[in-house]
Amino acid sequence: MAETAASPTPAKTPAEKDLAVRTSPAGSLRDAFAAGSLAGTVEIAELPFLTMVGIRAAAGSDAARRIADVTGGLPARSGDVAGSGDISVLWLGPSEFLVVAPTEAHESLGGDLIQALREALGGDAGQVVDLSANRTTFELTGPQARSVLEKGCSLDLHPRVFKAGTAYSTEIGNIPALLWKTGEDSFRVFPRASFAEFLGRWLLDGMREYASPEVP
Amino acid sequence: MLLIPCPNCGPRDETEFHYGGQAHVAYPENPNELSDTEWSRYLFYRENPKGIFAERWVHSTGCRQWFNMLRDTVSYDIKAIYPMGAKRPDQAGAPAAESGTASLAADSTTTGTAAPDISGTSISPASAPEGATK
Ligand SMILES: [Zn+2]
Repeated sequence: MAETAASPTPAKTPAEKDLAVRTSPAGSLRDAFAAGSLAGTVEIAELPFLTMVGIRAAAGSDAARRIADVTGGLPARSGDVAGSGDISVLWLGPSEFLVVAPTEAHESLGGDLIQALREALGGDAGQVVDLSANRTTFELTGPQARSVLEKGCSLDLHPRVFKAGTAYSTEIGNIPALLWKTGEDSFRVFPRASFAEFLGRWLLDGMREYASPEVP
Repeated sequence: MLLIPCPNCGPRDETEFHYGGQAHVAYPENPNELSDTEWSRYLFYRENPKGIFAERWVHSTGCRQWFNMLRDTVSYDIKAIYPMGAKRPDQAGAPAAESGTASLAADSTTTGTAAPDISGTSISPASAPEGATK
């Protein structure tokens, strides 16, 4: 299984110290992201170290209900995003979900979300797996964000179809990734860590044309 | 590129899927009683029809679920999508699949060409399924 998160650190270690020694999957692109972003047009940044938890629980089961109580709901079908507060749950499959929460929710920084989810599942069939190190998060924003994504994603991303608050597991730039539309002009893209640099550079390449004046 | 209607996610590019070969190849009831020839036929012999073929697919980049599909191997028309475990839906007017090389012993593992019983089988047309959003 993909239990790849940072190993738990002693409770005495301050969270800042823990974060300071981490290297995010696309950390090497930080300067390139800043240089390639165009304020008011399209901007890209990595949101490193979000807490992510893989959930498997059969829809309608007691375990699913208990987990939904922790997360504030589970999504019912493809595209749905459930959750409450700063916890979001993305639909990955009929009985498979991804919980996305802020960095501080991780147990290595003193958060209790993952433990609460484990307790909610209890001994029932299913799984709660810390996947925080499995993927990283890119935030792509701006009026041209959609056209950048459309270069490498075959989903219909037009706002009449792809509404804010929906997420899909699909392919972007020929690699598997999750795409979550968080606002009218803002998207979160979740590539696996090993694809992060590739997809980061791929998106930067797609953004490059907007730095030049439009050809009349 | 095929546009495959996943029963959970709606139409997606073929590159999001993986192919699982011929559908309805049942594991032999009693493998120990098979001769080597029968066993090898179960393992390796598959139909290769010109026309409608029942096959398995998995939406590996999406919902990661398996499903069955009837596809015309000539036109690539997707005729039906139906759940794993469901019987092959009847295709009225469809040409009978040619048996190819996979003629088998009594406990045949091939799909068969006799008109299948579709009672209790939900046949999804190859259009956007329920829950599809695009
Ligand atoms: Zn699917």
